[in-house]
Amino acid sequence: MSVTEADTNTPQQALGDVLLQVKGLKKHFPITDGILVKRAVGHVKAVDGISFEVRKGETLGLVGESGCGKSTTGRCILQLDQLTEGEIIYDGVDLSTISRAELNRMRERIQVIFQDPFSSLNPRMKIGDIIAEPMHVHGIEPDAAKRRERVSELLTVCGLSPRFADRYPHEMSGGQRQRVGIARALSMRPEFIICDEAVSALDVSIQAQVINLLEDLREQFNLTYLFIAHDLSVVRHLCHRVAVMYLGKIVELAESDELFDNPMHPYTQALLSAVPVPDPELEASRAHQVMEGEVPSPINPPSGCVFHTRCPKAVDSCKTAMPVLKELRPGHWVACTEV
Amino acid sequence: MTALLQIQDLKTQFSTSSGTVKAVDGVTYDVEEGETVAVVGESGCGKSVTALSIMRLVAEPAGKIVGGQILFQGRNLIDVDIEEMRRIRGKDIAMVFQEPMTSLNPVLTIGIQLMETLQQHLDVDETAAKARAVELLGLVGISDAERRLAQYPHNLSGGMRQRVMIAMALSCEPKLIIADEPTTALDVTIQAQILELMKDLTRRLGVALIIITHNLGVVARYANRVNVMYAGKIIERGNAREIYHNPKHPYTLGLLRSVPRLDQPRGERLVPITGHPPDLTRLDGGCAFRPRCAFATERCGKEKPPLEDLGDGHLSACWEKEHVSLNARKAS
Repeated sequence: MSVTEADTNTPQQALGDVLLQVKGLKKHFPITDGILVKRAVGHVKAVDGISFEVRKGETLGLVGESGCGKSTTGRCILQLDQLTEGEIIYDGVDLSTISRAELNRMRERIQVIFQDPFSSLNPRMKIGDIIAEPMHVHGIEPDAAKRRERVSELLTVCGLSPRFADRYPHEMSGGQRQRVGIARALSMRPEFIICDEAVSALDVSIQAQVINLLEDLREQFNLTYLFIAHDLSVVRHLCHRVAVMYLGKIVELAESDELFDNPMHPYTQALLSAVPVPDPELEASRAHQVMEGEVPSPINPPSGCVFHTRCPKAVDSCKTAMPVLKELRPGHWVACTEV
Repeated sequence: MTALLQIQDLKTQFSTSSGTVKAVDGVTYDVEEGETVAVVGESGCGKSVTALSIMRLVAEPAGKIVGGQILFQGRNLIDVDIEEMRRIRGKDIAMVFQEPMTSLNPVLTIGIQLMETLQQHLDVDETAAKARAVELLGLVGISDAERRLAQYPHNLSGGMRQRVMIAMALSCEPKLIIADEPTTALDVTIQAQILELMKDLTRRLGVALIIITHNLGVVARYANRVNVMYAGKIIERGNAREIYHNPKHPYTLGLLRSVPRLDQPRGERLVPITGHPPDLTRLDGGCAFRPRCAFATERCGKEKPPLEDLGDGHLSACWEKEHVSLNARKAS
C-alpha cells in the first residue's frame, strides 16, 4: 500500500487526545461493463486521498455538496465500505485490518445516525425492538426486562415518552423517528457517533429541537461526533472544527470560527456566499458571488486542482498539480496555491 | 389597479379514512403584476396545496376545493371548465415543481417536452417550436442547446433539469409562475444559480412569481412580500423587512429563532418551537398554534384569531400580537 507524500500531510494539533485518525483514505468504486465477465472500465473516485483527525470530545464537521465524498468517508470509517487505500485508525487500532469479531466489538463504540428517518427504521418492528436490537445483537443486555428498562430510559433521554416503545415507526413524525434513530445509536453507550445528514430531512422547528438534543447528549455522555452535512449554518453552529470537501478531496480545514470568519479556499468562499441569510437587508447588501458551472464528474476529475474548472483565481499551474493541504495559519489548513 | 391574482378565502379539503383534512382553510392573498411573493411554512402547512388549487391540480376525488375564489385577471379559476383550464395552465400560469428528477418525463427527450408546451398553446409549427426551444435553453443558461434537445432527462444533472423546468415554465410567456420549493433538492451553489436566474428572468420579463419554500434565507434574498402559513392558514403577512425585523406572530418569531445563522455569533443555543405541528383532522375552535405557543392565553383556546392589519400591510393572526413584537425586540 503506497501512501503518497500529500496523503501523510495530516493536519494535526496538540489539543486533546486523538480518537480517530483517517490517513490517506481512498475509495474508488469500479464501473463495470460486460454481461458474463464483469470488468472495470473506469472508477468513480468518491474519496481520493483524504487525511484528518478527530479528537476526543470534539465535533468535526464534514461539509460539501452532493457527490463530494463526505458520506462515503463516513461509511469507510464504519467499515461499511471497504477502503481502496489508506488507514482508519480508531483509538490506536487500524479498523481495516482487524478481524470481523474484533470489528464487531469496535462497533459498540462507534455508532451512526442516518439522514432519512423514514428508511432507516424497519417499518415492521416496534420502536422498543428497534432500540433494543443492537443490545441484543451485541449481547450487552441479555435480560429482556432490563433491556426494556433501558429502552424506556433511552426514549426519555431523547425526549420521547416511554410509551412510544410499543408503537410502530409509521405512527411517528419525522422528528420523532430521528429521535428513535438517536436512541438506537445511544443504546450501545458509544463514545463516537457519525451523524450523516442527521438533521437535514427535518422541518426547521423540529431541526432545532434535534440539534439541541445532539448538543445535550454530547455533554451528558462525553460524545465525539463526526457531523456530515451540507447545511453550513448548522455545521457552524454544532462543530468545533470543519473540513470542507470537494470532489473527494479536503480543500480546507480549520476551527469553526476561523473557517467561517476567514475562509481562504476559493471554493469555501463561494460556498459561504451561496448560503442565503434570513435577513432581507443584509441579503441586499451582500455581494453574491455566484459560482459558475457544476461539480465535474468524479469518474474523470479534472487534472491538477479538482476545483480549477470553476475557480475564479485559477492560474495555469492549477491545471497540472493538486495543491497539498498546508497550514497557512495556526490550525488552518488550505489546499490552494493562490491564497 | 387590480391584482393579477387574488385568492379569497380559499378552502381545500381532503377526505381520508381518519377524517377530513382541512389542508387549506380560508387563505386570502394577492399577487401584483411582476411581483415576487413568498409563501413560507413547514411540511403540511398547506402551502403546496394552495399552489395546486390555483392550478386546479388538487387530486380528486379525495381532494376538493370547497370554498373561496381564485381570481386570475378578474376571472374565477374555480368556475372555469377543464378544457379552458388546460389552456390557462402552462400558458398564463406556469409551475416549477420541487423535484426536477420526477417532474420531467424520463422516456421523452428534453426537446419533445419543451416543444409540446409550445405547440399546445401557441400556433406554431415544429420548426418554429424548435427554434424557440433552443432560444429558451439559451435564456436559462444551458449551452449547446441544439444537442441538449435530443437528450433525455437522465443525461442532465439536477441543476440542469431545474433549468429545463424553468425554460418550460417560461416558454409561453406566462403572467405568473408558481415555483414550489424550486431549489430544495439542489446543492447550495446550484441553488444560488437557479434563484439568481429566476430573479433575473422574472424581473427582465415582468413575470409575477409565487415562491413556495421552507427556507427563510431564500425568502429574504428574493421576495417582496411574505406570507407565513401554519395549519392551513396564513398567520402573518408583510413585506420581507417587517417579517424579519419585527415579527408579530409567535410562530414566525419561533421560526426565525430556531435556525442557526451565518450572520450571528456562534455558540448561542437555538430556541426551538416546542412540540410538533397539529393533526389537521383534529383542529378545534381555537388558535392552531396554541399548544406550541409561549404567549397563549385562555382566549386562544376559545376563539380563532383573525388575520388583522397592523398598518403598512403587515398582518398577523394572533390575539397577543402586541406582546410578540415587544418580546422580539427584547430578545434582539
